Amino acid sequence: MAHSYEEGKAVAMRGLYLLGVITIVEVLIALFGNGHLIEGVELPKYIMYPIMIGLSLYKAYFIVYFFMHLAYEVSDLRLSVLLPTMLLIWALIAFLMEGHYWGERRAEVNPEYREVFEKKTNSAEDGESMIQLDDAIWQELI
Amino acid sequence: MAEVALEKDIQTQDRWSGGQPPMKASYGKLMMWYFLLSDAFTFAGFLISYGALRFSSPTWPDPDFVFSSAPFGIHHAPLIFVTFMTFVLIASSVTMVRAVLEGHQENKSGVVKYLLMTIVGGLIFLGSQAWEWTTLIAKEHVTIHTNPFGRHTEAGVYLEDEHGRPYPAGAERETFEAGDGYLIHKDHETGKWIKRLYRTESGEEKRLEFGPRAFGALFFFITGFHGFHVFTGVVILLIVLINSINGVYGARKNGYEMVEKVGLYWHFVDLVWVFVFLVFYLL
Repeated sequence: MAHSYEEGKAVAMRGLYLLGVITIVEVLIALFGNGHLIEGVELPKYIMYPIMIGLSLYKAYFIVYFFMHLAYEVSDLRLSVLLPTMLLIWALIAFLMEGHYWGERRAEVNPEYREVFEKKTNSAEDGESMIQLDDAIWQELI
Repeated sequence: MAEVALEKDIQTQDRWSGGQPPMKASYGKLMMWYFLLSDAFTFAGFLISYGALRFSSPTWPDPDFVFSSAPFGIHHAPLIFVTFMTFVLIASSVTMVRAVLEGHQENKSGVVKYLLMTIVGGLIFLGSQAWEWTTLIAKEHVTIHTNPFGRHTEAGVYLEDEHGRPYPAGAERETFEAGDGYLIHKDHETGKWIKRLYRTESGEEKRLEFGPRAFGALFFFITGFHGFHVFTGVVILLIVLINSINGVYGARKNGYEMVEKVGLYWHFVDLVWVFVFLVFYLL
């Protein structure tokens, strides 16, 4: 073990304070930014989101490096665990872009979709019966 | 400098030339790390698909609206309950760190004490999640294929009250802004959905529609998969606790390495929650 018992206890306490405080800050940003704390005061998403994502990544770093002791392992082990996760950066970009594209497509077909949808659902009242209609709607759209 | 670098090279070469574990970690610990790596990819797959579907929909439910109740009759308090759950998980992670430390000291009573505290934390978390799921399923009628939570894309005014009856003449009508969340209630007697009639700013008359269907499925599968990890974590912690009490790990004289391995798994559960908390509740 690369560090002593007393140091370990200190790291545990530091983790408790750090993770707790960061979580409170995140929640306050979310509440304040969405106008739940002060009526009418909101933060734009492009300010809120990067801060919250950054703080969460810091929390993740602290848990992996100090709670899971990755900081004290030899570099070969550290890299063999951390490098593969870099693939997720690509996955994140690719799939979020794809999701955005789906959204645009959906908006394009939306009027038609809605028309077909309403014609089909006039007779059916509850949500469960919508599922059976899905295939029919899809056929008409194609 | 050159000498230091050379020494480091020799050390690295030595580690990989056989006769000792090159990663300076036991087989079990190493495999726990690689299992967690693969598990991280599973969760990432779930969360990324959540992100893609959420990006594709303009009416994705507002988390501050969906997750705004807590036990003891607290309503309209966004994020409060889930913040409590997050603290419970953080605290149990910290007691796990202490259990591992006591293990390195070969201190049996310390290991037992902190393992017990960790297990209690895990159980509180599971209980909280059960409450949250019960509220969503039994009171708000969210299922994996029906999502009564939606979001208005245009400001407007309701023409019917909560029970789906037209407002009496002269009564004050409820209004809403673009981006406001709504929940389609179910009539308890007839079992029918009450899709209130409303008029938008542009003058169109419409009825409330169900929100994106994937919301329920993604929520139950992702938090359920995480909750399942917490549950298995608690079970494994219980087994390790019983073995610790019986002196199984003390006899091995390896600093309670099993506690350390379970600890890795438990911290990973906390790590995943950091991201579940971020994408489901905060963003």
